[in-house]
Amino acid sequence: MNSDAILIMGSNMAEAHPVAFANVVKAKERGAKVIHVDPHYSRTSALANVYVATRAGSDIVFLGAIIHHLLETRSYFHEYVVHFTNAATLIRGDFGDTEDLDGLFSGFDPKTETYSDQSTWDYERDSEGRPLTDPTLQHPRCVFQIMRHHFARYTPEMVEEVCGVSREQWFQVTQTLIENSGRERTSAICYAVGWTQQSKGVQIIRAAAIIQLLLGNIGRPGGGIMALRGHASIQGSTDVPTLYDLLSGYMPQPSAITPQQTLDEYISTFGQKTGWWSNFPAYIRSLLQAWYGEAANEEEGNCSYRWLPKIIGDHSHLATSYEMLDGKVRGYLLFGQNPAAGSTNSRMQRKALEQLDWMVVRDLYEVESAAFWYKQPGFGPDTEHVDSSKIKTEIFLLPAAASTEKEGCFTNTQRLLQWRDKAVDPPGDARSDLWFVYHLGRRLKELYSDSAEPKDRPLQALTWDYDRKEPEPDSRIHDEPDTLLVLKEINGYYVHQSIQADNEMGMHHVNAFRDAPHVPGFAALKSDGSTACGSWIYSGVYPEHGNNRAASRISDGYTFLQWGFSWPANRRILYNRASADPQGRPWSDRKKYVWWDEDQQKWTGVDVPDFPVNKPPNYTPPAGAVGMDAHSGGDPFIMKPDGKGWLFVPKGLKDGPLPAHYEAAESPVYNALYKQQSNPAAKYFRSRPDNRLAAVGDPDYPIVITTYRLTEHHVSGPMTRWMPWLNALQPSLFAELSPELAAERNIQHGEWVIISTPRGEIEARAMVTRRMRPLRISGKIVHQIGLPFHWGFQGKSTGSITNDLAHMVLEPNVSIEEAKAFTCNIRSWRM
Amino acid sequence: MQEQLSPAELEFNIPSILTQAMQVGSKTQPFSMESHEMAPRTRDAKVVHSVCPYCAVGCGLNVYVKDGRVIDIEGNPDSPINHGTLCPKGAATFQYTVNPNRLTHVLHRAPFSDHWEVKSLDWAMEQIAQRIKQTRDETFVEYLPDGREVNHTLGIASLGGATLDVEENYLMKKLFSGGLGIVSIENQARI
Repeated sequence: MNSDAILIMGSNMAEAHPVAFANVVKAKERGAKVIHVDPHYSRTSALANVYVATRAGSDIVFLGAIIHHLLETRSYFHEYVVHFTNAATLIRGDFGDTEDLDGLFSGFDPKTETYSDQSTWDYERDSEGRPLTDPTLQHPRCVFQIMRHHFARYTPEMVEEVCGVSREQWFQVTQTLIENSGRERTSAICYAVGWTQQSKGVQIIRAAAIIQLLLGNIGRPGGGIMALRGHASIQGSTDVPTLYDLLSGYMPQPSAITPQQTLDEYISTFGQKTGWWSNFPAYIRSLLQAWYGEAANEEEGNCSYRWLPKIIGDHSHLATSYEMLDGKVRGYLLFGQNPAAGSTNSRMQRKALEQLDWMVVRDLYEVESAAFWYKQPGFGPDTEHVDSSKIKTEIFLLPAAASTEKEGCFTNTQRLLQWRDKAVDPPGDARSDLWFVYHLGRRLKELYSDSAEPKDRPLQALTWDYDRKEPEPDSRIHDEPDTLLVLKEINGYYVHQSIQADNEMGMHHVNAFRDAPHVPGFAALKSDGSTACGSWIYSGVYPEHGNNRAASRISDGYTFLQWGFSWPANRRILYNRASADPQGRPWSDRKKYVWWDEDQQKWTGVDVPDFPVNKPPNYTPPAGAVGMDAHSGGDPFIMKPDGKGWLFVPKGLKDGPLPAHYEAAESPVYNALYKQQSNPAAKYFRSRPDNRLAAVGDPDYPIVITTYRLTEHHVSGPMTRWMPWLNALQPSLFAELSPELAAERNIQHGEWVIISTPRGEIEARAMVTRRMRPLRISGKIVHQIGLPFHWGFQGKSTGSITNDLAHMVLEPNVSIEEAKAFTCNIRSWRM
Repeated sequence: MQEQLSPAELEFNIPSILTQAMQVGSKTQPFSMESHEMAPRTRDAKVVHSVCPYCAVGCGLNVYVKDGRVIDIEGNPDSPINHGTLCPKGAATFQYTVNPNRLTHVLHRAPFSDHWEVKSLDWAMEQIAQRIKQTRDETFVEYLPDGREVNHTLGIASLGGATLDVEENYLMKKLFSGGLGIVSIENQARI
């Protein structure tokens, strides 16, 4: 709402996040320019100042050309870039760019198809390990010059050829962002799964991050990059993760792939000597303490660390589906997710479910994933036949409580925790998932109570006491666990009264979990076992008994600091020290947010400063400084070891330190920039017969297809297709296609069509509309079609499963599928 | 500061405020006793603060409860996120929770069976615990052949969490990973 320009790309915000989009409209009414770049003209486009039709899968060329323009015309925010980013840092001399290696960076191993050696991407360092810099930005190996070289061919001409966007339109977008950035103005970028569901999704977001750092739009009001996430607590389930590769608060799940067999090895692999992550030992030790209680103290924490399961590869949802298909996964627990219709290549997903010995499905309704053993999608003669007598999977379908029938926190897409009170009991035998997991844990602990096997010790040691002191008033369910006790453990508490009190008493007093004082925030966490904390970034949400800040509902002020609790430490804008100049003064009065108060000698402002509050802007770290002391008073990016915003990523990404354009795994055209056609590090599952890909320019599958949401339905429909109100508004699946394509294929508006890919065929109604436009790409006409993906064979409104069309090529960093840009064919279908 | 009225004073004042509001020009409009006594059906309902269960914007909801039943769900006007507004999905949350198609009993499908059977919750919980124990015991790996310690099972997987509460996700990861050694614990963030 404070933005002067808003670029929405990879998102149909008006449709998928309508209430958030109201703020975009308010900003527009105040004069902000709104730009929508998308293959599909939508409600978002209709309300934007500028709509740009582009080809799905070409985003990095569009954004890369903006970066190129900023660098070559010196339109970047010079002072911000020099002081706050790693533009001046030198990269190792043996680094090889995609320009030199025809689409690959140095360190690629063609045998494993991974960047197995990323050492060449690192900074050039002095003998003490400090990065070398050239603040004049002239050194040929400084990040600034490397970027100029890397993006040299990302030109307006290339945008025309690859994206199908005229250079005038592209320039209008670029100019709007430049004019609305700088000291006085800020621009924001909003994206959603239109970016993440691509085989190079992380690098598209990286390209946006580079633009925002170059324009000085990070850490400032009205700036930033907004990830518009898709579920009520998808942020919460990432922060306090139900994800295979993370422990809470973005600590990695231990792995057996690199040496992490002991707690020390784990800490030295992931902890940082400098920057905020130097506190890593306190966070992991407090997590072990929260999980295993006093048992976590054995061998100074190492014993319980060894109990944590180690990963040995990609155990993500989609990669695991193939393990399931191969019979290696025998039991499956589903909590409100519906892979049989909602996950990519869903025909394969349903086949995988048939290989299980048993599965538990917890949902409000009988979803596709619970009904696959007697019902399948299909149409006409192609209806898939199901023979229940051949499917072994035993299924327990348990009714779940709705969000109004239990208390607890959702974390929204802005990292805001909001507590919900319980309104009524769930019906019948429906229970909260908290109830299910808690009582399942109790039963399992009971089953294993007599075991003397080492493998069962972690379960025996697991702290597991969330009984309510008294049953909930007005509830017929007498054994619902106490959600606030769980929140207390997540927030953290003092295991020992305090070290000082211990010493005075001369004894080691251990607090019982229920009586233990809460920690006020993550700054109180220790690495000596004296504190326990389930998720350090959430610490402070429940700082004392009776003060659940997620339940706070005071709606006033400019930043609404008393409405819910925003992690970390209730900060609303991350890295907000960057809202002040290197000397600590606001960049402008108009964009004043957090600044250095000379009189009080501290950082202050309208938000919680994201900086050591007493560190003056002119602080210079002494030689050999560690932790936060190693950052100067002008290093806003406190999570990074060097305190800088990373234009170039020297460590941590699996497909390169800079974004490079690759075509989608399925594309009508060859890559115009490099010989390397598609993301070299993506996971292709080429040997899988159910994952056949169309060849480049395949005449059988010449049309680009993208998928999206409608306002009236939610994902694969389990939460909406049972509701007459919503089914009346959006009754059936349709495919949007241009009048030109419809004429070519003799398709009439409203009639049935068949859409086919090498994975399968589905039926839909044809929606012939100008919202889809043919584009001229590399000299030929490319058609695009678009489909919502909300339907399935269960519920009160049924239809084909769009995800049956999509393939399983996974982005290398996060293992997300490419459902936003692949290829298909379409034909009319008359009975 | 606005003058604070006690509930009793409000009761007394509402009809007179309405009467004033309904005066058009110099003429008092016809205004029956019934109209005087009319009020929204939510007036005596308990208001419970909640949050929309659909997308991640986090719109505030007011859930109206009367006689132990949800009678209506509306946007919370105090929320700085949605200011009382809701999209079609959020506005339909009532029908998501109060819906005759909801499951209320445990259903069990035995291997190779062609039908569901209704079972008790207690029976299902015990069976599920047994299945988990058996599969875990059969598939647990303490050390890889080369001696690396892994303490895990790849024989069980869990999926889902983005529609659940933070506290629920916390206990899932704690029990499944920290207690049982399950590795593939995943949710919608991955798709």
